[in-house]
Amino acid sequence: MRRTTTAGALTCLALAALTACGGGGDKKDTGSASSAGALDGRGPVTFVTGKDRSGNMQKQIDGWNAQHPQEQVRVVELPDEPNDQRQQMIQNAQTKSDAYGILNLDVVWTAEFAANRWLTPLPKDQIDLSKMLPATVTTGQYRDKLYAVPSTSDAGMLYYRKDLLDKAGISSPPKTYAEMWADCDKVKALPKGKGVDCYFTEVNKTESLTISAVEAIEAQGGSILDASGKPTVNTPQVKAGIEFLAGARKDRMPKEAVTLDTEGGRRYFQGGKLLFQRQWPYQYAMADQTDGSSKVAGKFAVAPLPGQNGPGVANLGGHNLAISAFAKNKATAFDFIKYLTGEPAQRANLLATSQAPTVASLYDDPELAKKYPYLPVLKQAITTAKPRPVVVKYGDVTAAIQGSVYDAVNGGKPVDQALADLQGKLTALTAGQ
Amino acid sequence: MSTEVNTEASPDVGSEVTGVSRRATARSPRPRRSGGRRGERRMAALLLSPTLLVLAMVVGYPVVAGLRESLYTRGSGLDADGFVVQGNKFVGLDNYTSIFQGDRADAFWNAFTNTTFFTLTTVTLETVIGVGMALIMQQAFRGRSVVRASILVPWAIPTAISGLLWRWIFQADGAANAVLGHQVLWTADGFPAKLAVIIAEVWKTSPFIGLLVLAGLQMIPREVHEAAKVDGASTLQRFAFVTLPLIRPALLVAILFRMLDVLRMFDLPAVLIGVNQKSVETLTMLAWFEATNLRYGSAAAYATLLFAYIALIAYLFVKLLGADIIGEARQAREQARGARKAAKR
Repeated sequence: MRRTTTAGALTCLALAALTACGGGGDKKDTGSASSAGALDGRGPVTFVTGKDRSGNMQKQIDGWNAQHPQEQVRVVELPDEPNDQRQQMIQNAQTKSDAYGILNLDVVWTAEFAANRWLTPLPKDQIDLSKMLPATVTTGQYRDKLYAVPSTSDAGMLYYRKDLLDKAGISSPPKTYAEMWADCDKVKALPKGKGVDCYFTEVNKTESLTISAVEAIEAQGGSILDASGKPTVNTPQVKAGIEFLAGARKDRMPKEAVTLDTEGGRRYFQGGKLLFQRQWPYQYAMADQTDGSSKVAGKFAVAPLPGQNGPGVANLGGHNLAISAFAKNKATAFDFIKYLTGEPAQRANLLATSQAPTVASLYDDPELAKKYPYLPVLKQAITTAKPRPVVVKYGDVTAAIQGSVYDAVNGGKPVDQALADLQGKLTALTAGQ
Repeated sequence: MSTEVNTEASPDVGSEVTGVSRRATARSPRPRRSGGRRGERRMAALLLSPTLLVLAMVVGYPVVAGLRESLYTRGSGLDADGFVVQGNKFVGLDNYTSIFQGDRADAFWNAFTNTTFFTLTTVTLETVIGVGMALIMQQAFRGRSVVRASILVPWAIPTAISGLLWRWIFQADGAANAVLGHQVLWTADGFPAKLAVIIAEVWKTSPFIGLLVLAGLQMIPREVHEAAKVDGASTLQRFAFVTLPLIRPALLVAILFRMLDVLRMFDLPAVLIGVNQKSVETLTMLAWFEATNLRYGSAAAYATLLFAYIALIAYLFVKLLGADIIGEARQAREQARGARKAAKR
């Protein structure tokens, strides 16, 4: 017994010593980030980004490094999962480490990173943003200040089976929901239309559900937050949007829709089992493969998303480049961002990776349009696209939206009640914004 | 005082005592030891202190730091320019009390129920299947080594990978539905998701119980079984009255380890079904969500609650069923004491 007491005492002593160290080691947060605004210093920087499978990014960086021997850029690769990337960037920011220089941010992270003073404000007058699609530029701003420069964009389009519409004698893709359902009924009446489901947009409980919900709501003229950042999900427009999703899920989507993620949806479309689908541009090349992996190669086309009384509103994806507030050599970092978001680099990137550019003129380039026939449609989608809610606590807000919309769309809760709950949650989460 | 001298003087008693304790008791006469023992203890403490120091650093400090963190909250309000007001604030037990209020109380009790449900179901199934596996692995037959190796394969696969494998199996057009000939939406948020997690978890971890029980089985002397056979015990009787009691220590330790593991399950449901899914959300996932959204104090509070829950379960398990993790040491001590008593008489 006495032996254990000795041991216990020793442990306590050690613990006491350690906690004392821990207490003393705490950093005091001071508002030093404001002084980090100046873009000075030249020298090596790091470029922190998710995995690049095309190999094109390294090629572009090699191009920069060859011209700037004194200002080399080194890639720091982060995990595949966006959430893991965000976590690592936040950890780096909280330790105020200069290991991360240029950050490749998802468009929805800008507000959170900017509000926490983890980003360097960028001088608008030193970069030409007028060539970029205005909708993409707004995703890099927080409270009218520029924090990030859009490098790639993304927006949903309506993929549709042209062969089936032709068979049913329909010459143009639907512009409204009503037209879409009418077209679907016509196709279903055909012998070839048997076993084909009408429509699919993602309704599984992930970030994709937030995107589906925002698109459905914007198509009715509603929005999740108003211009001043107050939640407005108790409006009739929002209710109509969610009711559209719930109705489509019940009557028009595949039974397993709730288990299909982005890739699952792609496989379903490529299997020839879908007439209309809301999907990202990346599917185009894959669905057009003639090696047998896709049953719909050459049989589909894309159009802007339909809406309630006219064209719908797509949601913006994509990535922006920002400079960490704790980085060194910010002048070099800013030059590199200008290089990577410039027209030549974006053009090369589009050719190599098919990632949507943010420079408007590339969408009208005949050579590119030949390779990517969907570019005009995509340009229109991005031009009219709306961002997801711009909030500092984005993680909480999207989780709340997913929870309530999932309950409403998959029949767990009446739409009214789900939206009333959501209004309450969002009010608490956006308080003080 | 005189007892040990007596022990020395009566070697017939010593023969009952295990080798370890005999060495301990039969070293030297008492008088010299009394002074020596204190020195010995000091020496022991000195020799152990590096270990204790390391333990304090890698176990003690994180626990205490977590507790401390759970009493603070990070600034999350915005100033006029839209910047987050920085700085940590001491909030006492607020992080704990807010867990039990409003929506968050529902989420907590849902996660608590899920965690407990998964623990009960998976550990029960794993125990039954694991013991079965051990009995099969124990048998002498051709190809035994192949069976042993293949039973261990699931345990060797990293959980995240097995989560992905099962995700393919359970997707709407996956193998599970093809075999059933009926479309179950396993990966949607609902009861089938719970089943999917249980199946994948049991598949993966039964071999662990099997392995530990096999070790226990191999310690059982063949003669015990032969004696029972001679006495006319049936196979079932031999299993219930010979095998089970003899593998009990190994089995209980295996079950305890599994319980502690399942109580903090995270990766399998997260990969297989996803995060923020009511039907499979566990307590660790709640803590993870809070930490992801920069509320480290609240995350630490969840983690501390889970820690307390796990400690309680482990304590009850050890108390009620007498799972003996440090059995050998205690046994040795008790035997030594018994020997001393016997010698006194």
